Amino acid sequence: MTPLALEWTGWLQLFGYYLGLSLLSVGGAISTAPDMHRILVSEHGWISDPQFAASIALAQAAPGPNVLFIALLGWNVGLNAAAGAGAGSGATWGWALAGAAVCMLGIMLPSTTLTLLATRWAHRNRQRRAVRAFRLGLAPIVVGLVAATAWVLGRAHGVAASDWPLWLLSGACGLLVWRPRLHLLWLLGAGAALGAAGWG
Amino acid sequence: MTSPPSAAAARPESPRALFVAFTGLALQGFGGVLAVVQRELVERRRWLTNEEFIEDWAVAQVMPGPNVVNLALMIGDRHFGLRGAAAALAGMLAVPTLLLLALAALYAGFADHPAMAGALRGMGAVAAGLIGGMALKLAAALRQHPLGWPIAGALAILTALAVGGLRVPLPWVMLALGGAACGLTWRRLAP
Repeated sequence: MTPLALEWTGWLQLFGYYLGLSLLSVGGAISTAPDMHRILVSEHGWISDPQFAASIALAQAAPGPNVLFIALLGWNVGLNAAAGAGAGSGATWGWALAGAAVCMLGIMLPSTTLTLLATRWAHRNRQRRAVRAFRLGLAPIVVGLVAATAWVLGRAHGVAASDWPLWLLSGACGLLVWRPRLHLLWLLGAGAALGAAGWG
Repeated sequence: MTSPPSAAAARPESPRALFVAFTGLALQGFGGVLAVVQRELVERRRWLTNEEFIEDWAVAQVMPGPNVVNLALMIGDRHFGLRGAAAALAGMLAVPTLLLLALAALYAGFADHPAMAGALRGMGAVAAGLIGGMALKLAAALRQHPLGWPIAGALAILTALAVGGLRVPLPWVMLALGGAACGLTWRRLAP
């Protein structure tokens, strides 16, 4: 924890930053992480470098959408501000929750509003040739992006010669996904157990 | 906005069902929710067909904001309007956020344990395989594409190469390849 004196103008600034970032977050929240590092760590020192890195790693490992790492960043800002204000242990959690709420509301409000308005318009005009071309035309791009995601995740395995168990695990899962009755949590659990046993 | 999607075999019966379904989805998604969404919504619950899923996913992807959250909003809004959108959004975020904050409070004690790092690697490998298998499934849906499968497939492969291999920033890929794909489709849809 790094104690931090955060005035209400600072909270407002944090909220405003996430409101603006929300509209730029095309392609998912993770793609805006470098900019958050620039603002939260380098420019304002609201959180420390290790706090930033741990927030992202933890959110990736936990279930839920990736965007939740922003809640963790806010949580850490709240913790730092509580330490700076000399808050007691009960009040500290309140500060942390407030930090998480400020950041999540900021990142979610503008994009959800825009998405609702735009998809409603598109749905009303779904017979228009331009709208149909837009939706159908992007289908191959989406398939390519999903393949690219698997590729990027798989690249973390390292070289096939020494890390072949991980490649084998990925390959097996790519085939097992064709059996719809098998619950995905079994696969994730097996992967975690194999990895924890040092097999990966 | 309350008309059900056309070809799907089923639909959610209430906003509460949306909340429960999306909470379940979010809690199954480690390192992102993408692989679980298609399986749960298309294959198990049948709220969407594969083709509808791809189209909705495309729109969710080009709008700002987290993709899975946008998808939840769109599906909720389509069935129950604003109430449905709010229920789906809350399902996606509420329980996972509480869980994550609890984990963050616990995490400090175990951060350096090697078994923890191994477990994370193992789950990452599973996620990569699952998403790869899902890409193949979705590719099968391109056979009915108006551009014909050779062109649609080539566009998909080019996108994967550009984003996965060359690491081209997504906005450029969307502008260049997405623009080309939409333009070609627009011409092909001519009455």
